[in-house]
Amino acid sequence: MKKIVLIICYISLSTNLFSQDLEDILNGEIQESSSIVRGTFKGTRIMNGHSVETREKGVLDFLISHRFGRINSGIDEFFGLDDSNIRFGLEYSVTDNLVIAVGRSSFEKTYDGYIKYRILHQKDGEDDFPISMTLFTSATEKTLKDYDPEDKPTFANRLTYTSQVLIARKFSPNFSLQIMPTYIHFNTVPSTADPNNMFAMGVGTRVKVSNRISLSGEYYYNFNPLESIDSTNSLALGVGIETGGHIFQLIFTNSRSMLEKGFIAETTGEFFNGDIHFGFNISRAFHLVKDKEEEKLY
Amino acid sequence: MKKIILFFVVVLLVNSGFSQGKYLTKQGFVTFFSHTVVEDIKADNHQVVSIIDTDTGDIAIQLLMKSFMFKKALMQEHFNENYVESHKYPKAKFKGRILDYEELSEGINEVEIEGILTVHGIDKEIITSAVIEIKEDEIILIGEFIVAVEHFEIKIPKVVIKNIAKTIKVNFELKHQPYKK
Repeated sequence: MKKIVLIICYISLSTNLFSQDLEDILNGEIQESSSIVRGTFKGTRIMNGHSVETREKGVLDFLISHRFGRINSGIDEFFGLDDSNIRFGLEYSVTDNLVIAVGRSSFEKTYDGYIKYRILHQKDGEDDFPISMTLFTSATEKTLKDYDPEDKPTFANRLTYTSQVLIARKFSPNFSLQIMPTYIHFNTVPSTADPNNMFAMGVGTRVKVSNRISLSGEYYYNFNPLESIDSTNSLALGVGIETGGHIFQLIFTNSRSMLEKGFIAETTGEFFNGDIHFGFNISRAFHLVKDKEEEKLY
Repeated sequence: MKKIILFFVVVLLVNSGFSQGKYLTKQGFVTFFSHTVVEDIKADNHQVVSIIDTDTGDIAIQLLMKSFMFKKALMQEHFNENYVESHKYPKAKFKGRILDYEELSEGINEVEIEGILTVHGIDKEIITSAVIEIKEDEIILIGEFIVAVEHFEIKIPKVVIKNIAKTIKVNFELKHQPYKK
């Protein structure tokens, strides 16, 4: 009995004699509700390939990407700048998680279309979740007439499909990492030795060096490359600069194409032999759907 | 023996009686507004915690910067990552006093509040007037004040300098209930 009294005595003294500071009470009451981790990557591209990011509903993203020729092609080619290929793209966010897009590359006169769907968001706070995941699937159609007129390929012959599972985590505000298991299907391949179905694994990262500048790297390892060309794995290194709604990326890569099937499967440059293509991505976001409440403010 | 127990029960009751002089809210509302000719920016926070000690008039308010909700996700991202740096300075705090609290009567009063506002790790002394409504089971505090972005060492890049106002209007509405431990 005495013990119990003592315990009660102790509790009442310890909790009340030192009355709690108001701030201490608030520190205990403030709740960190779970929130989606934003800005794992600044843009929808890491370098050549896609990041897990999708823009919010109603945003139309206009992308202009350039890749010049190889830097080691010498002064005669002005270090590759004489030779450029360009891709224009439009991406529309139907919902916060669903993006549909079309694009056209001058390289091999290729049209592309893709769908990106974000299925998981990294969250912190109460219901924290460690990763973000986005599914990506695309189709490309090459329209360059580089075939024998006698043997004209059909539309279906020139289609290639790419599917990716993009898995990323923002480890800190300054460091994000992504892996991208990739499957590519070629409806037709140049030679019978080439695989129609190809598997690759990509890894990409972003390291922030200041509030608006980040360094990025991206590498794809190809498990069963094409045999008919001397293909290499795609590597891209670069800098991303963000200003308001613009994202500007400067890229050094051994890949010439800006499409998944192109840079993952058909890269032939040896990065460390100087087969480097300088290039850039510019994106500009337009908010097509204005929030009604926002308009009321004016 | 019974007397001793009774004594402690009384002590406990008296002590818990003291803590009724505190009023708390966990769903306080704070909103800020930036107006320029280029654009208006507004963000709401409905998870503000605030406590008033009615014995002294002391008040403490805290909120998480991350809980400010913007209309555009990109604005929210820029706000947290580039401007207020929420990962380094997660909270904004106010610690101060409602002046002459003991002279207030039940019902609606106008009061002056003074104290230290901490945002982005920088302290600033502020004095603002507010309206306080005192009821038996609720204390409502409503007001607004203006702060300069520059004062809190929040750097705005040149390209968006026309989009973000130099001074920001902050409104608050805090409905406190009696605080029980």
